[in-house]
Amino acid sequence: MNNMEIAVISGKGGTGKSTISAAFATLQPNVVLADCDVDAANLYLLFHPTHEKEEVFVSGFKAIINKDLCTNCGECINYCRFAAIDEINGEVLINETSCDGCKLCSRICTVEAISMVQEDKSRMYSGSFRNGKMVYGRLSPGEENSGRLVDIVREEAKNTARANGIETIIIDGPPGIGCPVISTITGVNQVVIVTEPTLSGLHDLKRTIEVSSKFKLTTSVIINKFDLNADMANEIETYCNSLHISVITKLPFDRVVVDAMLNCQSVVEFAPHSEISILLGKAFLQISNINS
Amino acid sequence: MNSKITIAIASGKGGTGKTFISTNLFNALQKAGKSVSLVDCDAEEPNDREFLVGNFQHSFDVLQKIPVIDQSKCTFCGKCNEYCNYNAIFFLGEQRMIRILEDHCHGCGACSVACEYGAITEKDDLLGTIAEYSISPNSLLIEARMKVGVHSPVPTIKAAIKSASEAKIVLLDSPPGTSCPFIQTVATADYVVLVTEPTPFGLSDLIQSVETLKSLGKHCGVIVNRAGLGNNEVYDYLQKEKIPLLMSVPFDKKIASAYSKGILVSNENAEWELKFNQLFNTIHEQYGNSSN
Repeated sequence: MNNMEIAVISGKGGTGKSTISAAFATLQPNVVLADCDVDAANLYLLFHPTHEKEEVFVSGFKAIINKDLCTNCGECINYCRFAAIDEINGEVLINETSCDGCKLCSRICTVEAISMVQEDKSRMYSGSFRNGKMVYGRLSPGEENSGRLVDIVREEAKNTARANGIETIIIDGPPGIGCPVISTITGVNQVVIVTEPTLSGLHDLKRTIEVSSKFKLTTSVIINKFDLNADMANEIETYCNSLHISVITKLPFDRVVVDAMLNCQSVVEFAPHSEISILLGKAFLQISNINS
Repeated sequence: MNSKITIAIASGKGGTGKTFISTNLFNALQKAGKSVSLVDCDAEEPNDREFLVGNFQHSFDVLQKIPVIDQSKCTFCGKCNEYCNYNAIFFLGEQRMIRILEDHCHGCGACSVACEYGAITEKDDLLGTIAEYSISPNSLLIEARMKVGVHSPVPTIKAAIKSASEAKIVLLDSPPGTSCPFIQTVATADYVVLVTEPTPFGLSDLIQSVETLKSLGKHCGVIVNRAGLGNNEVYDYLQKEKIPLLMSVPFDKKIASAYSKGILVSNENAEWELKFNQLFNTIHEQYGNSSN
């Protein structure tokens, strides 16, 4: 059995990734939903998954100085490339925010005053929700390496799908175009980019397509709230057509999306007969058919 | 006002209106003749320039040093691999195989320190570009733009903020989330404006941002965007936590439509221009009170 992994991403934040992922995850019975927006995971708010499994994620390391051993020689300052070590009033101090965790200072310190501590506050959760299984990650504030946490969430999602005989994995991705986005789309069957008809939306879409095209993935676009600026929506559609990327649907602005969220439901659960739900259903069918 | 102030405009959730607030606040202040710089720190998807017309001043590249291995000098001892904390060296000692995985490299320089045989030299690697635009005689837009495919925007963001030190008022349009890029941006700020929307997703991400700022000891206030859409929970939260509501922007298709075309509401409408000037005064008072 082959899994079908569909990743929903968007360069720009707030275009409606989670709304659309939630709808896709409730259009057919029994899916695995992976919330890979580990920096701001939100889908658990709608689906209240059980926590059958919780794993600690070590996101990296930070250097700390043992003041009893440090001679304040300042040699580590010369080696640090992240400007994370300063001398303030004759005392050598590490700026935790800037430390990248490379461990070089700890290695070169002749009196072994610097040690590395793990950053281990981030978590991966796995469990069940009303329409199947759900996996999500939560990156602790200020920590990095979210790309690796995304890898772990996706691996768990695949294992869960295999163990439970589930074919479809819906992935809600993070915004931006950096490492966590690359981890989200690497090796998936389908990438759906959600955009909105604004100048920012078009600009971010271009950068996002530039990233996804490096992976030679089947990419399609959804224009959300298209009626807020129909001219811009057309411009985006023309741009996508010129790259042979299909705009699979254009969704109107509708308050029902917010009402669904307030009721802790996906829009297709809350208002199955609304125009937006019907359009999402058709779009999902189209994506599924490209794969089979 | 004689003192300098740095204000970061941030939000956990993407798409809540950081750029809307940043560009309009900047525009209102520059029209009032104030010395102000706006730094677009959303280096993965910078958008501020779509709203502000200015004259290009100059640009510079943000570089890191990454290793190059001279295979003729390498003894395949493996010490560089041992020193690398990022798995950026692919090393098979018995097969005498060594390669740098440039995408994984953070440019820390540890491998160069490790190598005792002079087999490692370094070359420049492009991470991003900083560009400065003059908007009016006293005001500057500084754009941080990460190169597509680079794993982290942090070095580019840091370089952009560093170059903005001359203005009396520095506004930082922050990247979304609460992970490293956000922390790096707000770390230099005197006051943080969090932009949210009155929905469960917005509130959940707002709470995470507030908690993070508390741990950093940063003062913050909140702007509710798209007010009228959603529910009242965000206002209850602000009241309970005694966080000032700095401004409320109603959901209005006219504002959304103007924004989608790259039009600033503070240019179109004198009332909004005044509101953004008042916003600055409120922040200045808040900061003044909290720092005294």
